[in-house]
Amino acid sequence: MAEFKQSPAGASVAEQAMTWVDNRFPATKMYKEHMSEYYAPKAQNFWYFFGSLALLVLVIQIVTGIFLVMHYKPDANLAFASVEYIMRDVPGGWIIRYMHSTGASAFFIVIYLHMFRGLLYGSYRKPRELVWVFGCGIFLCLMAEAFMGYLLPWGQMSYWGAQVIVNLFAAVPFIGPDLALLIRGDYVVGDATLNRFFSFHVIAVPLVLLGLVAAHIIALHEVGSNNPDGVEIKAKKDAKGHPLDGIPFHPYYTVHDIYAVSIFLLLFSLVVFFAPEGGGYFLEYNNFIEANPLKTPAHIAPVWYFTPYYSMLRATNDLMINVLSVLLAVGAVLGIVRGGFGTMGKVALAVGALVAVALLKTFDAKFWGVVVMGGAVVIMFFLPWLDRSPAKSIRYRPDWHKYVYAVFVFFFLVLGYLGVQPPSDIGNYVSQIGTLLYFGFFLLMPWWSRLGTFKPVPERVTFAAH
Amino acid sequence: MKKLLLALLVSFGCVSAGAAGGGYPLDKFPVEKMSDIAALQNGAKVFVNYCLNCHSAAYMRYNRMQDIGLTEAQIKSNLLFASDKVGDTMKISLDAKAAKDYFGAQPPDLSVIARSRAGSLGTGADYLYTYLRTYYRDETKATGWNNLAFPDVAMPHALWELQGQRAAVFVEEKDANNPAKTVHRFDRFEQLTPGKLNEQQYKETVGDLVAYLQWMGEPSQGKRVQIGVWVLLFLGVLVIFTWRLNAAYWKDVK
Repeated sequence: MAEFKQSPAGASVAEQAMTWVDNRFPATKMYKEHMSEYYAPKAQNFWYFFGSLALLVLVIQIVTGIFLVMHYKPDANLAFASVEYIMRDVPGGWIIRYMHSTGASAFFIVIYLHMFRGLLYGSYRKPRELVWVFGCGIFLCLMAEAFMGYLLPWGQMSYWGAQVIVNLFAAVPFIGPDLALLIRGDYVVGDATLNRFFSFHVIAVPLVLLGLVAAHIIALHEVGSNNPDGVEIKAKKDAKGHPLDGIPFHPYYTVHDIYAVSIFLLLFSLVVFFAPEGGGYFLEYNNFIEANPLKTPAHIAPVWYFTPYYSMLRATNDLMINVLSVLLAVGAVLGIVRGGFGTMGKVALAVGALVAVALLKTFDAKFWGVVVMGGAVVIMFFLPWLDRSPAKSIRYRPDWHKYVYAVFVFFFLVLGYLGVQPPSDIGNYVSQIGTLLYFGFFLLMPWWSRLGTFKPVPERVTFAAH
Repeated sequence: MKKLLLALLVSFGCVSAGAAGGGYPLDKFPVEKMSDIAALQNGAKVFVNYCLNCHSAAYMRYNRMQDIGLTEAQIKSNLLFASDKVGDTMKISLDAKAAKDYFGAQPPDLSVIARSRAGSLGTGADYLYTYLRTYYRDETKATGWNNLAFPDVAMPHALWELQGQRAAVFVEEKDANNPAKTVHRFDRFEQLTPGKLNEQQYKETVGDLVAYLQWMGEPSQGKRVQIGVWVLLFLGVLVIFTWRLNAAYWKDVK
């Protein structure tokens, strides 16, 4: 226990009150650790806005969500009507609903940019591995939130999107059908599904999400923020023990973030007030038709933020399985010939590859599609250990690394685009290439991230005064 | 200004993820009707007289029409069935199952029809504006009617008294890409019997009706844009202040 402090003689009432609190709760200590004496690198640029913006969107979603739940009815017979009731009869309901629906898309825009920042500057590297891992957990929770939340308006897209995705779980060998039944609570998506998704959407997942966000920030403030140079600012400190290149988060980054927040709100309001449907991407047109279990829409596409992964799922057909089998075999042969393994290692590699190929060919391609889709997210957890580059930041990596990132981002966007399009042969081939490149980017990273001529990393961050 | 904003508002639907209808090119709905109170009121009248017998608008309250300049007394005396109350929603007495027997399909609720029919070809308003003007006589169909924007539609032409009966003339043409194939292409309409309205009047009437449907899809849309302008002005000023505040703090950081 900390020492019990006395207020100095002649202290004001406010000071005395603060001392009273601090003796019982570490208010001042926490304020210093996380705000006024949390030293963040001076040189953080545009890319560093998205963390605090994500927090802002989280607050928007929680607050608007609380108000929506006051009027929404999680009942298959009433849900669609209750949303229209919110839009028409609840005072200010339309603005709350549009903020929530726009917030969902904004969340993914902000988070994707936030993750890309981490990728650019190696923010996941030692000692920030756990910051990244918690962040990936947040991303997973966010996907679950978005998926289950999308069912709630009970429109055609809500219904059939959920139907398609839940049916995927039925492709899991042995337990699949039971698993899908457990998720739906019924043999088709229905009232039971709506109720459990509602419960998960408003209670279970947000609780986990908030816990992970707290862990994400605590871990970050323990190790300190990264910077565009990928330099550890804690290595160079002044006489008082403060990092030379650091600056107190408050007030410097609070005013910085408030500036970003005002610009973000400007763009956010542009959508909420002038294009709440987001061109049919934020609110899909088909979702203004009440769910009808007897009428399948001609084209079912998930909401835009899921489409890169949805494309990977669609790309995994029998052809893709054959390509993957060949790649596995080639990889195993290369490993045996050039890998420098002992006899036991070689045998293990050969057996492993054989088993993998056998499994690939045994189960349905649909199941492997689900594995690919899930794997595309799960693989991100391992990024801190896949990257072996001597330099953290892209700034000091070989120029061609930038092209690798560019190709990765380009194909991620292409996969996203193809995911909203109706399936086509050409589109599917491109998706297959995109999927292979996506996984190649991560799985081959231990190899390619070490190659090339790296530039010398400076000892201090590069900062030009404003 | 308000006109421009509303035009902008409706045209935002252009880029889209889904598609509606039979691929027939859509006419542009005259968006200026959205700020024309007389057009919206006329549209409401047409809607109540011609649509609200088979179709419901179950999320729309009669008294919400005060937003388009009608008084409660006007709504009560002109637009309401005797049994309804002005605070009721636009429900109908047609039984869903009976409707299915009559038409082969249950007539959809029209509350948000304009929002749901948007697609890659145009806005929901564009679609409705085209659809209600492309009915033609087709004796091969059970109802005797067919439609260019919605081929094989189950609904007969509800506004036929106004438009009169028309036939569609199709021509057989050689496919430009494949000379061995012929394509069945729509050429023109032929008026069979005159309607109560001439072609221009009918076009205006349908425009008014679609304006009403578009408005009914989101009755707060005008207010949304109005508030939005103020919000953006406020945020625009806020950005300037926060920008200078940030600069003031950071100017001494070396």
